[in-house]
Amino acid sequence: MNRRALVSLLILGVALLLLPLFANSYLLSVATLILFFAFAGQAWNVMMGFCGQLSLGHSLYVGVGAYVAAGLFVHLGIGPWAGVWLAVALCVALGCTIGFLAFRFGISGVYFALLTIAFAEFTRIGFDHLQWTGGPGGLFLKVAQRDTIDIANFRGPPAMYYYAILALAAGALALCSWLLKSRAGFYWQAIRENEEAAQALGINTFRWKMLAVAISSAMTAVAGVFYAFYYNNLFPEQIFHISRSIEIILGPIIGGVGTLFGPILGAVVLTVLADGITELLAAVGVEVPGIKQVFYGIVLLMVIMFLPNGIWPTLARKLGLVHAEGGK
Amino acid sequence: MSALLEVRNLSKAFRGLKAVNNVSFEVPAKGIVALIGPNGAGKTTCFNLIAGEFAADTGEVRLGGTLLSGMRSDQACKAGIGRTYQVVKPFPEMTVEENVVVGALNRAPTVAAARCAANEVLKLVHLDKKAHIRAAHLTLPERKRLEVARALATQPRILLLDEVMAGLRPTEVDEIVAVFRTVNQETGLAILFVEHVMRAVMALAQEVVVLHHGEMIARGAPDAVVRDPKVIESYLGAEAVDG
Repeated sequence: MNRRALVSLLILGVALLLLPLFANSYLLSVATLILFFAFAGQAWNVMMGFCGQLSLGHSLYVGVGAYVAAGLFVHLGIGPWAGVWLAVALCVALGCTIGFLAFRFGISGVYFALLTIAFAEFTRIGFDHLQWTGGPGGLFLKVAQRDTIDIANFRGPPAMYYYAILALAAGALALCSWLLKSRAGFYWQAIRENEEAAQALGINTFRWKMLAVAISSAMTAVAGVFYAFYYNNLFPEQIFHISRSIEIILGPIIGGVGTLFGPILGAVVLTVLADGITELLAAVGVEVPGIKQVFYGIVLLMVIMFLPNGIWPTLARKLGLVHAEGGK
Repeated sequence: MSALLEVRNLSKAFRGLKAVNNVSFEVPAKGIVALIGPNGAGKTTCFNLIAGEFAADTGEVRLGGTLLSGMRSDQACKAGIGRTYQVVKPFPEMTVEENVVVGALNRAPTVAAARCAANEVLKLVHLDKKAHIRAAHLTLPERKRLEVARALATQPRILLLDEVMAGLRPTEVDEIVAVFRTVNQETGLAILFVEHVMRAVMALAQEVVVLHHGEMIARGAPDAVVRDPKVIESYLGAEAVDG
């Protein structure tokens, strides 16, 4: 990262910190949503972008994380600060189970992706029949007084949630940036690029892939806990649905798989444009069901056609945020 | 003579086809041994068995007395096997330096130390000027040198080279032969290499092992082996001796 990039990042950070002072509640909710997807996308990126393991079932970790923390809060009065640990532990255990089955028995590529979908799907069906969490009828958190801040129970005004997810997204960025420069980052990329050669260089590929899955699922579980306390309602049909997994991974894909800022940029582009087009269509009076999905599809196609590595790598070069690669 | 690498009665069959059949040889400490033979003779299979890519049906491999058989390739690497692939396997989206750092991390305690070690190795194989470009942009001869650099960076006790000189011009062959000879003399690194380029074999090898249809048909000093009628008939052809 060069000086220009550092200054840009600093300005962006300050702007995000000051945002609640200027933004109305709608803008703040959009910003919160963007940061949520940036955070979840960053988590998914650890597995796919860094280590090359394609998960199409990250809704599993969002859902389990959300349900564990919400269930503990609603039924036992245990706040999210304690609940998040159990949520993380459970999601890491689930991730490692999937990882163990896949990596031990040589299930890779699209078959690994199918396995992740399968786990998310049967967990969805399981939660449909789990009465403790309300089954298909959903689990609801009592919406408390929104103008008082109750840090212990993570209840408060929208700005509190905004700052929480901002901290999470920034923390994830810092964590991933550190990971990428560490031994794990080198090993993951080697495994992504050529697993056989990576192993011949002394890398225990099973162990390092498991680590990627564990970190990714832990981060996504935290995203789930946030989701539960922000939206206050959980339905298996929604939270575990494959479209939720797709939503999480679109950001990093559009922004740039394997890059640090790709997931953030992708979340901004998709959320802003999708909300923008909804607004725009409402303003001109067009109501077409599924128009948002059509739009998603078109953007995805355009990016794949013109920027197969995502928007970020090209944009960063154009803006002079990274040094150009010398001597091709 | 104390053997560093011992290969004893090694056999491997693929669906009944005996790729390697009861092969035994040694590589002495600090020694350089060439493995030659026609295509399909089982040379690469031999490498894969030694490096733990797949398990042998029978026989065993020892490195400095330690049994390698049954080890995975990462464990074999930790034990001191450094290998290159005949069909090169670079990490294309990583830079040349990063490629070698991955190898160096095998022994280096930190990424910074690995980067230092990687740059040393890159200088040795004359890739230091390309350190910061992505491996995807290298030419084939450069990729072969990258393979060598990555394997060297793991600080092996023995280096297994699988046709790293194929496709090189004669001057390039001499250049890389000089690199291997330097490494061998300065660090005492043993080398076992598969090669069709006889120019390199004659220049580098202290001993030559000849495989044919998975079996060892000759073994000895390079000068003696190339005059062996069996070797000439099966592999080199009559003109090799005249030439």
